[in-house]
Amino acid sequence: MATIAAPTRMMGAPIKRREDPRLVQGLSHYVDDIKLVGTLHCAFLRSDYAHAAINSIDTSAAKDLDGVVTVITGEDLEGTVGGIPCGAEIPDLKVPEHPALAVGRVRFVGEPVAAVVATDAYIARDALDLIEVDYEELPAITDLDKAVEAGSPLIYDDFGDNIGFTMPLEAGDADEAFAEADHVVSQRFVNQRLVPNAMETRGVLAEYLPGEGTLTVWSSTQVPHILKTQLSLIVDVPEQKVRVIAPEVGGGFGSKLNVYPEEVVVSYLAIQLRKPVKWTEKRTENFTTTIHGRDQVNYVDVAVNNDGTITGIRAKILADLGASYQLLTPLIPTLTNLMIVGCYKIPNVQIELVGVLTNKMATDAYRGAGRPEATFIIERMVDLAAAAVGMDAKDIRFKNFPQPTEFPLEIPTGIIYDSGNYQESFNKALEIVDYDGLRAQQAQLREQGRYMGIGISTYAEICGMGPSIAMPAGGWESSTVRVEPTGKITVLTGVSPHGQGQETTFAQMIADEFGIDIDDVVVIHGDTGRQPYGIGTFGSRATAVGGTAMVIAAGEVKEKMAKFAAHLMEANTEDLVFEDGKISVEGSPDQAIDFAAIALEAHVAKNLPPDTTPGLEATHFFEPSNFTYPFGAHIAVIEVDADTGEIDIQRYVCVDDIGNIINPLIVAGQVHGGIAQGLGQALYEGAVYDDSGQLLTGSFMDYAVPKATQIPHFETDHTVTPSPVNPMGVKGVGEAGTIGSTPCMVNAVVDALSPFGVKDIEMPLTPNRVWQAIQDAKD
Amino acid sequence: MIPGSFEYFAPTALDEALSLLQEHGDDAKVLAGGHSLIPTMKLRLAEPAVIIDIGGIGSLKGISESDGNLVIGALTTHHELESSDLVQQKVPLLAETAAEIGDVQVRNKGTIGGSLAHADPAADWPATILALDADLQITGPNGERTVKATDFFQGLYETDLGDDEILTAIHVSIPDANTKGTYLKLHQVASGFALTGVAVVLTKSGDTCQSVAVGITGVSEAPYRASGVESGLTGSALSAENIAAAAERAVDGITALEDIHASEAYRQNLAKVYTRRAIEAAAS
Ligand SMILES: Cc1cc2nc3c(=O)[nH]c(=O)nc-3n(C[C@H](O)[C@H](O)[C@H](O)COP(=O)(O)OP(=O)(O)OC[C@H]3O[C@@H](n4cnc5c(N)ncnc54)[C@H](O)[C@@H]3O)c2cc1C
Repeated sequence: MATIAAPTRMMGAPIKRREDPRLVQGLSHYVDDIKLVGTLHCAFLRSDYAHAAINSIDTSAAKDLDGVVTVITGEDLEGTVGGIPCGAEIPDLKVPEHPALAVGRVRFVGEPVAAVVATDAYIARDALDLIEVDYEELPAITDLDKAVEAGSPLIYDDFGDNIGFTMPLEAGDADEAFAEADHVVSQRFVNQRLVPNAMETRGVLAEYLPGEGTLTVWSSTQVPHILKTQLSLIVDVPEQKVRVIAPEVGGGFGSKLNVYPEEVVVSYLAIQLRKPVKWTEKRTENFTTTIHGRDQVNYVDVAVNNDGTITGIRAKILADLGASYQLLTPLIPTLTNLMIVGCYKIPNVQIELVGVLTNKMATDAYRGAGRPEATFIIERMVDLAAAAVGMDAKDIRFKNFPQPTEFPLEIPTGIIYDSGNYQESFNKALEIVDYDGLRAQQAQLREQGRYMGIGISTYAEICGMGPSIAMPAGGWESSTVRVEPTGKITVLTGVSPHGQGQETTFAQMIADEFGIDIDDVVVIHGDTGRQPYGIGTFGSRATAVGGTAMVIAAGEVKEKMAKFAAHLMEANTEDLVFEDGKISVEGSPDQAIDFAAIALEAHVAKNLPPDTTPGLEATHFFEPSNFTYPFGAHIAVIEVDADTGEIDIQRYVCVDDIGNIINPLIVAGQVHGGIAQGLGQALYEGAVYDDSGQLLTGSFMDYAVPKATQIPHFETDHTVTPSPVNPMGVKGVGEAGTIGSTPCMVNAVVDALSPFGVKDIEMPLTPNRVWQAIQDAKD
Repeated sequence: MIPGSFEYFAPTALDEALSLLQEHGDDAKVLAGGHSLIPTMKLRLAEPAVIIDIGGIGSLKGISESDGNLVIGALTTHHELESSDLVQQKVPLLAETAAEIGDVQVRNKGTIGGSLAHADPAADWPATILALDADLQITGPNGERTVKATDFFQGLYETDLGDDEILTAIHVSIPDANTKGTYLKLHQVASGFALTGVAVVLTKSGDTCQSVAVGITGVSEAPYRASGVESGLTGSALSAENIAAAAERAVDGITALEDIHASEAYRQNLAKVYTRRAIEAAAS
């Protein structure tokens, strides 16, 4: 009879994602699928210039077009509508004003200048062509090194320079370490700008009901609660009357962890016009005006001794902030500072981080957010250090790993790695790939004039964000668990999954906890009108933090339910077992009551146990004590065609340690997608602005996200070192693949070309660049 | 990505399409598979007031054999050329080229005629059509004419086709048993178009190159026949050295393009390497 999942059965089970059938059948509802009667459509006129003064804007012809309801510019919002918020708190941070629509000056191509509302999206688009803006072009600055030079054109005249902030970080005595080192290895890296490119572009639909005074906003966002609070402040509607709904969200990668001008303007227009207003982002807009990721220039030195011990790292990090700040813009590169030593014990650190303003779209969180940049720096430098001392890339890593017994491990940048066993995951990866065999094969091939490369990257990263002390707007998470009168369970979570699969993994944990069928659990997210306040999904935090909140809330409900069951069966609560859809007394299976019967009992409330209230619901707000720190090892095997620079990826092995695993299938999906995105940066992607600030890679014809056929087969495996930070022992897996893979691929290609003396190639490693590196090395 | 408004016609006969073209002149654009035209319209780089959709004209479709030629209707899709038994038997190079174009959706909708008329400098068909020395059949207000592929391509998106003309068919003479073709391409990784595409049609007599035609796309503003390579190899033994030496002339007299995807020097190098490899494959 009993085929229902028993406790511990769902945890670790590779069940298919429950959200997928509706997604793959097109039955789901994204913002653009939501239709409200009488909806008006909004379109944005955007700057064609990277830097220009706006002398005047003439909207009269657009307003005269049949079907146009209104046209507004930045001046219409001045004094009524607040600016776009930035949550970063950094000492001496210069924060530029950031109006939702430009006022007086535009500072990047794509900056919104005016908004049109019309009866349909076609008319709104046509009207854009009728708006006349008199611009006076100003010199644009797009190059990081040039932007910080004295005398560079200024993006904000009153700032005096283009530096948003400087953040030094010093630990140990780097000067001494460098003075005493056997070798100092130096390298400049460019961590190129990337476009996140979620499959669903952004979209906003807003409705204001004047009688009730309520504003409802549907937005493709990762942070509905934060958006609700911010919109309330910006468009001045009391927060309890604002509801933000994130319906199906087609990916974000951090790009929707934000409060965008369009969300503000569409909400404002809905309030003004008292009609629903919708805007759906075009792909070209997504390229130019949804946040970008990465974009750093790094000048790095490491101090290394002849035995391979790395004693110090020094870095000057120029981080491109763009022309204005979005929600977390200046904070992202500070994570690069924190993670600079990676998974190694490097006692002496000296970093100068400079946040630089340029005439480009703002940067912000993009899958990995500051950590991939750090991992890239340290993993590339470790390889260069190995070459300098004549050591194998494998050996230098073992030499500098901390021992498993040293955890929890405080690293010089001030954070505490929760748990780790870097040797174990690395050894496993080396074994899977047969590292020594590969090196022998490589030597043979080199004799035949063939260029095989073996790339390694061992990484540690920060997940489970995080304790509130380290976060701009709280690092906790909330959950409500409710057993309904029919025995079904509703979970409300403050996190906002948009592809990560928590509708499945959270249900797995609840099914285990209560011993019921997973199909009796529903996980509801992304609606501020239904959930308690939450923070959202980003920084691989949803399960480690949101899942913990849920598990604790579930424990409270379970305890209460046990009281009802004990009362009815005249048993002790401690003796009860939740299993197979029943609550029974341990050791006497005949003494059992259906789970649903207890649920009903608690709601009809005719026979309350002493000191017990009706209902079965609990809410928990969980504050984590630390971040979690996943780690792992990636190894790539490639061959370069030296005549053309083409790269053939032959093997890709990855052994991650993300703590305990709830659903290996979902973990594999996250790892595969993450590696694909990381390889995208290494090999294909790059947002290129020309000197005048035009984005040259503004469509998929020029910006290459990796396609399925361009991605190798992945050999993935795991080691398990549970996190002590949460009761499930989970760490987080959303970004690990992206963080580990980028330097792994670059290391592989540089390794392949080492016979030519190639030491570095700037990403993306296009065939052209690889070929050019060979030519330059030959000269 | 909303195009400007336009008037739409869907003629079912060629005459009808031609008179619509006459009537609307410069305002009109012919629509075939739409896979080059519609993207530019969505970006409003092109805003034609009139669209003449030739998709319903049956006489422009299909592949047949006639007098030692394959006759390919201009509306034949890339996919039809890729999968046609007749093409695979008679001129497999055409199927091989078609398979390298874009992705499945693009091949299902895009047409050979549209590709040739559009003359994208990185399109695949031009290389192969040049190497096969095809004849292009064109109909206009003054009736029908035929132009050699080598005279058809004139520059960046520029062809011999008049504004009031329609490309109706492509004629390819079926090569003999001693002739082999190869198409080799390096894809621009974002768009899938050719950073370099080299089509080679090689006729052997024993181990000697009796004749060779090399069509190259992606490298310069217009696709071209690499005549230096052809003359360098014709009459020579097909040795690795001779092939390599001839391939070195792949960009003789050509100005290579430079853009964010590939430098001039790299394109020159690609043209040479891919020419060498394509000839080697055809000779093997
Ligand atoms: C994502 C993507 C990837 C692609 N990748 C490749 C690739 O790898 N290689 C490649 O070669 N191509 C590629 N293409 C282009 C594709 O092959 C197009 O289909 C082709 O270039 C145009 O053919 P069409 O039938 O779609 O023409 P349309 O777009 O309908 O028309 C193109 C132009 O030709 C004119 N025209 C069309 N037919 C005729 C005719 N019979 N007579 C006169 N004028 C005519 C039209 O007026 C228009 O100006 C790609 C396209 C896309 C969207």
